[in-house]
Amino acid sequence: MEYISLFVKSIFVDNMIFAYFLGMCSYLAVSKNVKTANGLGLAVIFVLLFTLPINWLLNTYVLQPGALKWLGPQFADVDLSFLSFIIFIAVIAAFVQIVEMFVEKFLPSLYSSLGIFLPLIAVNCSILGGSLFMQQRDFTSFGESAVYALGSGIGWYLAIVALAAIREKMAYCNVPKPLKGIGITFITVGLMGMAFMIFMGIQL
Amino acid sequence: MDKKLKETILNPILKGNPITVLVLGICSSLAVTVQLKGALVMAISVTLVTGLSSLVCSLLRNTIPMRVRIIVQLVVVALMVILVDQILKAGEGTYAIDKQLSVYIGLIITNCIVMGRIEAFALGNKPLPSLLDGLANGVGYGLILVIVAFFRELFGSGTLFGLQVLPAGYIPNNLVILPPFALILLGCIIWVQRAFDKDLQEK
Repeated sequence: MEYISLFVKSIFVDNMIFAYFLGMCSYLAVSKNVKTANGLGLAVIFVLLFTLPINWLLNTYVLQPGALKWLGPQFADVDLSFLSFIIFIAVIAAFVQIVEMFVEKFLPSLYSSLGIFLPLIAVNCSILGGSLFMQQRDFTSFGESAVYALGSGIGWYLAIVALAAIREKMAYCNVPKPLKGIGITFITVGLMGMAFMIFMGIQL
Repeated sequence: MDKKLKETILNPILKGNPITVLVLGICSSLAVTVQLKGALVMAISVTLVTGLSSLVCSLLRNTIPMRVRIIVQLVVVALMVILVDQILKAGEGTYAIDKQLSVYIGLIITNCIVMGRIEAFALGNKPLPSLLDGLANGVGYGLILVIVAFFRELFGSGTLFGLQVLPAGYIPNNLVILPPFALILLGCIIWVQRAFDKDLQEK
């Protein structure tokens, strides 16, 4: 039950884009048409789903204050949490690199549709942001971190596909010249964010 | 040389502004603009990180193998961000701000401006221009951050830097504090800038 509420909450209430602006750069750059948005969204879900639990394990058993207790009592007061940024980003970059090589070798058809987005994802804020939120919110179990990863990935996916659909239609609209392109896109995202805020007060 | 250097410094502030023109680094920029103080700290942190990591990557540019350069750059940037984060945590007045900025200090690592400047400029230029380019881009980023934060704090809580500015009878507009308004405000800033500078308009 707890997992379901965390799942729904991470999709709608704590949406990566509309509540925290994470992954905004690629969100705005790659949302010109639905097909590419779809590819990038799926890649984000996939990478989040794997890196976040890996980082949870690292955080719980290596980085947290006192996390090294399993090595022996003399390590009980070691605090490596200042290293977490560099460890998290290294895990993400390495994972993205491995996935890219794997997909290229064994699933060439997927690679041609997804491949170009994979390197982009290493520097997508929502991936690192997910790991940092995981650390900040002290998730207590492995399952919780995996559910959170899946939920926030799906939230990001929904947001980018929705924006891409709107932008495809908006190509036929008569927008004031200085607002054309990126300006009106910002305002659109703002209005979408307002719509998403109806989920804000929900207690799960 | 002097003219080119001047161009390097001035270009990112208006004509090539990283946020409004290149649309980089939006991720962390909007969430920290509820209050002017947080925005200012964020702006200074990003400026330092961009400048220093451009400098280091420029010094290393002939020794980094091209194939692994992304990881090397990420490590350099992460190192700078850890330094900034530790300094903020150590300072007496800045600890509360560090808590308030929460994950967004860490997210400077994936801020596209930092990586973008290293890729586009620092890898092909000498250390001094790279340092200046990094700093100037940080300032251009900070400028937009401070403008957005100014409006949001003024109308959202009637204060500036925590001091009451608007008369006591002012009822704070809660919409301004909520995330979507930051996006709309940024859209309007882009609108104003492009209305004055016709070259930037998209067809």
